[in-house]
Amino acid sequence: MAGGDDLKLLGAWPSPFVVRVKLALSFKGLSFENVEEDLGNKSELLVSSNPVQKKVPVLLHNGKPICESMVIVQYIDEAFAGTGPSLLSSDPHERAVARFWAAYVDDKLVTSWVQSFRGKTEEDKSEGTKQMFAALQTLEGALRECSKGEGYFGGESVGLVDVSLGGLLSWLNATEEMSGTKIFDPVKTPLLAAWAERLRELDGAKLAFPDKDRMVEFIQKRQAQAAAAAAAAASEK
Amino acid sequence: MAGEGDLKLLGLLVSPFVVRVRMALSMKGVSYEYIEVDVFNKSEILLKSNPVHEKVPVLIHHGKPICESLAIVEYVDEVWGGAAPSILPADPYERAIARFWAAYIDDKLFPAWIGAVKAATEEEKAEKVSQTLAALARLEEAFAKCSNGKAFFGGDTVGYLDLALGCNLFWFETLREMFDVELIDEGRTPLLASWAQRFGEAAAVKDVVPNVDKAVEHAKKMRRMFVH
Repeated sequence: MAGGDDLKLLGAWPSPFVVRVKLALSFKGLSFENVEEDLGNKSELLVSSNPVQKKVPVLLHNGKPICESMVIVQYIDEAFAGTGPSLLSSDPHERAVARFWAAYVDDKLVTSWVQSFRGKTEEDKSEGTKQMFAALQTLEGALRECSKGEGYFGGESVGLVDVSLGGLLSWLNATEEMSGTKIFDPVKTPLLAAWAERLRELDGAKLAFPDKDRMVEFIQKRQAQAAAAAAAAASEK
Repeated sequence: MAGEGDLKLLGLLVSPFVVRVRMALSMKGVSYEYIEVDVFNKSEILLKSNPVHEKVPVLIHHGKPICESLAIVEYVDEVWGGAAPSILPADPYERAIARFWAAYIDDKLFPAWIGAVKAATEEEKAEKVSQTLAALARLEEAFAKCSNGKAFFGGDTVGYLDLALGCNLFWFETLREMFDVELIDEGRTPLLASWAQRFGEAAAVKDVVPNVDKAVEHAKKMRRMFVH
């Protein structure tokens, strides 16, 4: 690590957006101080570093805050250009394609996935699930194009889109285990299924990904809380 | 001039995202073939070059499409990197700040003002206007920090964040005309008000801003289609 660089990550271990930043830091071989935030009781540092959204992740580099997971990931790649592999190609067209697909993951995949469990009605939720699978099908095509026969969206090595999608992997895998339905289906999306396996094996991923059982427990607790809240609201009417 | 021959832009004259890209190309002095697309009746070339979203702008360079306005602006800045001025700042931290606020503009500001245009009821419109004003209040603070006392978000000259916000200005005038609402106002957001004046006069970007009448016409068409 470059001398005199102080990196502090304000995060919450289950958050896919925080995992993205951890992936980027790990892939670049950068060490950092991990600060676990209690999102129900946000620290002064978090609120002052991200006054606009008050959300994690926030990366503090020598005390200066950077917010928004994909902005942070690009910052890491640029500020530490000499350290570890590049997350973006040097070719402008490939960079533009990577940025396009990273935006797609947030605009289409994350949005529909969130709807699948936060939708107000059962109908909303199942529409979310449907759109999520459609987005995954599109990403299968993107992987085929971007990987050019290699293992990652970034080609031979991980890139921006691998980090963007990779952040979600633990949560999606935990959901797969809980529901019994494959999200990265080796029949429908073979390239993505193989990619997910491959990514999980990387040292950088092992450092960044939350433990699967812990993830399952977290999601179950969340679901129980949501159900209890819904029941309480219903009985108050 | 650089870029001639194999550079096409698929667009819609009144789309702020298209105007954003045209401003970037204009700053670089790059010439291109502009192709107006009927977004209500999408053409083959659009469906082929942006099959994922079927949206404009799409920049087609040497036959290869680039989509998403902010990705296109970064692409233009990189490909025509030699052509002064630089659109993105050189310093990685300043780039991160610029990207953060550009994302904020697209994720928070845009949905609010377009929501006001499409609102079915007065109540909904008022709510959307209120959200727009709240986002602009944040951007007023951002301007104070980013500009460092200089004329633009980018410093002495127009930069990435100026384009990201500036491409929406003609629509704010449109909303004033249609709904008599002042979004950037000297009283509430004085820094943005004087910045908007300067931005409007900047030679590099002036020529690609469409007439407000065209935006009004488009807004009316949208309302006919989407408001029931």
